[in-house]
Parts: sequence; structure tokens; C-alpha cells
Amino acid sequence: MAQPVVVILPSALADLFPDSERRVEVQASTVDGVMNVLDRRWPGMRDRLCDSRPAIRRHINVFVDGERATLATVLKPGTEVYVLTAISGG
Amino acid sequence: MASKVLVLIGTKKGAFILEGDASRRSFALRGPYCDNWPMNHVIADRESGTLYAGGGNEWFGPAVWKSSDLGATWTHSSEGLAYQAGEDPIKSVWSLARHDDRLYAGVEPAGLFRSDDDGQSWKQVAGLRNHPSRPSWHPGGGGLILHSLVVNPKNPQELWVGISAAGVFHTSDGGESWEARNRGTRADFLPEDMRYPEFGQCVHCLVMAPGMTNRLYQQNHCGMYRSDDGGQHWESIEKGLPSSFGFPAATHPRDPESLFLLPLNGDTAGRYVPGGKAAVWRTRNAGESWDALSDGLPQENAFFGVLRQAMATDRLDPAGVYFGTSSGAVYASADEGNRWRQIAEHLPTVFSVETLVIEG
Repeated sequence: MAQPVVVILPSALADLFPDSERRVEVQASTVDGVMNVLDRRWPGMRDRLCDSRPAIRRHINVFVDGERATLATVLKPGTEVYVLTAISGG
Repeated sequence: MASKVLVLIGTKKGAFILEGDASRRSFALRGPYCDNWPMNHVIADRESGTLYAGGGNEWFGPAVWKSSDLGATWTHSSEGLAYQAGEDPIKSVWSLARHDDRLYAGVEPAGLFRSDDDGQSWKQVAGLRNHPSRPSWHPGGGGLILHSLVVNPKNPQELWVGISAAGVFHTSDGGESWEARNRGTRADFLPEDMRYPEFGQCVHCLVMAPGMTNRLYQQNHCGMYRSDDGGQHWESIEKGLPSSFGFPAATHPRDPESLFLLPLNGDTAGRYVPGGKAAVWRTRNAGESWDALSDGLPQENAFFGVLRQAMATDRLDPAGVYFGTSSGAVYASADEGNRWRQIAEHLPTVFSVETLVIEG
């Protein structure tokens, strides 16, 4: 089995899922796959991060290897996936 | 005998609860709840006491939150609360209504969803968005939102919804088919010869009179109206009011002739209380005449507005009346509007006010 990717989740998201962790190891080869694994582990989490277009929500940023990612972004084994809340609000 | 009155408040930054006893003289504030998400509508199921809060967060999207312990703890779900791939995603939940085992949610962009498992999962009532007028629906200042939900308490297959700015729509088959019901309501923002269209009016708030399932009242962007035939025809009842513009309308818990409004000074005049003096306007004769009720309300330099879902009554006798302002204050009357007192201040902008009376 390939080395898992490491997903770092924002605290505001973790607050919404009381059993969740901020740093998660996931077997997935794309960001879309990461979202599905997260949703299986914590039902409803994909809806918080992705909309029905489908796409990563407008005010959520996912960074992989220093670049802003989309759901289609391919992940190398062992890479880190940063999920961040964007500057927004009011 | 009532032992507690809860005033449920949706705000720009979370849900709050004001808790008082049946005297309604003083209230204690609890909150913020729902992780400080903007909460457009917080309601209670009168039978079970379950609380539901609908809103949406810029980061995390729309959800309906639920509490089975009067607000102490909350869960959230948006399973199924989505349009098909490729459509504009749902931004926020705007209105909630509970009838028997059905929970309805109105959303932005305008559409209607229903949950039959107490808010765990949702299915679109797709007939509404299949209405032939839908491609012509245009957003009002607050977005293209389904903000008013009225269920016939005697026939759950019959519903009315209010959409800004598409107007009032009605179904009698549980949401399969819908018809526009806007005859007699104006659209002053259209050219003079187009001011009474079939749809496209900017309804602000739609409510049903107690005990009269054919009597509806609506505060519109352009006037105040009553219908005595389930919305098939609307009659202006704005004569005697200080303005034809306002957002909320609240019915009396028992008297179908009574209604409470909070007119604002006009759509291009600032949208605050006229002359900087706050007043609730009450009719006791279905809109034939109106009285201004201002005892205890600010009478100078008041530059707040009151939004479409931010006024409510309770079911005690005499009825309590409550409203929350854009500047974060909540006012209450324990005697049907005759005298008022402020029961909260310094909250975020108030989006909604509802009540729950708990028997002791």
C-alpha cells in the first residue's frame, strides 16, 4: 500500500466535528479522494469543504506542494495537504 | 401553566436564546450558539421543544442545526441539501417550518427542501424550481431567497412560499405543482404599465392568520396586503400606515383580525424607523385601521431597521410581541404591544425572532 498523504485541517472545521483530528493520514491519490475519505470518517465533512458544483468551496483553500489545489489535483504518496479557511467573513 | 418563555434569536454571528418566565418582565441571555455561523432563522417545534436553526457560513456552506436540549448542545446536517452538479450551489438556509413529521427549509438561491427524518437528511421539493417562471426569477437586495414558508395546519399538502423577488407561490399537492399567487400586489420598481405582473413581486414576509387558512397577510417591498382566498387575490391594507415599506409581519396567536407590523421609512430613504422614532403598528380589524404603539420604544435618533423574520408573538394571553433590530437590540411587550421594554442589546444584527412557550 502506498504511503498515506497527511491532511492538516483547520480548527474551525474540527470544531464542527467533535471527534475529528487536526492531522489525518489518508490513503488517496487526489484531493477529491481525500474528501471522500474524510466524509467516510466524519460524515458530513465533505459538504463543509466542497459544494455541489462540485468544487472546493469558494472560501476554503487547499494547498498541495505550495500550490492552490482543486478536487482534481493528483497527490504524491506522503505529501501534505493543507486545508485552510480563507480570509472572509464580516 | 407556562413556566418559561424562550425567545429564539438568529443573528449575523450565531444563535442566541433569551429565557424568561411567564411574566415576561425580564430575560436572561444565552449564546452564542451554532459556532457563530450566520443564522437566518431559529425555530422550535412546539410539541417536542426541539430547536432548529438554519443558516450558512461563508467557509462551510449551508446547514440546519438542531438542539434537543433547549440549546445546550447542537448538531448540524446538510445531507441532501444541494442542487444538481453544475447548478449554482446553495449558499444558505433562509427559513424553516415544521409541520407534524415534516421539516421544510427554504434556501438561497431560491428553492425548497424537505426532511422527513427530523433534519438528518433533505430532499428537494423539486416542483418549485421546475415552475416555468424560474428562469426569470431575479434576486432582491438580500439575494434570490426563499424566506417565507407557510404550511396549512389542516392540510399539509398545501403550502405557500415567498421568494424575493419572484413573489408568492402556492401548491396544493405537496409541492409537485405550483402557481404564482400575486394578483393585486404591485411591483413599483417596474415600468408603469408592468406594475402588476403574474410573478416578480418583491414579497418581504408572508404569514397566515390563526384559525383562517384562507387568510394571508404579506408585507411587500411595495405595500401591505391581505388575502382572504389563499392568495388568489390581494387587497391593499396600507392606508393609515406611515409607509408602504417594511419587512416583518407577525400574527396574533388567536385573533385573525390582529396583525403587527414595523414599517420602515422607505426603500431609498435608509430603511430605518420613520423619523428616527420606533413604533410597532397594530391592526385589530384585519388592516382597516392601524394604531402606532411606541410606549417604551426609542423616540429619537433611532436609525435601525427590523428584518423580515425578526418579529414574533408568543401564544400566552395576553400575547407577547417581540422584535430584534439591525443594531442588535431586542424589544418585548407582554401586553400585545401596548408597552415595550428592551430585553437585550449589543447583539449582532438580528435576522430572526421566534418564541417557544414551555409549560411548567
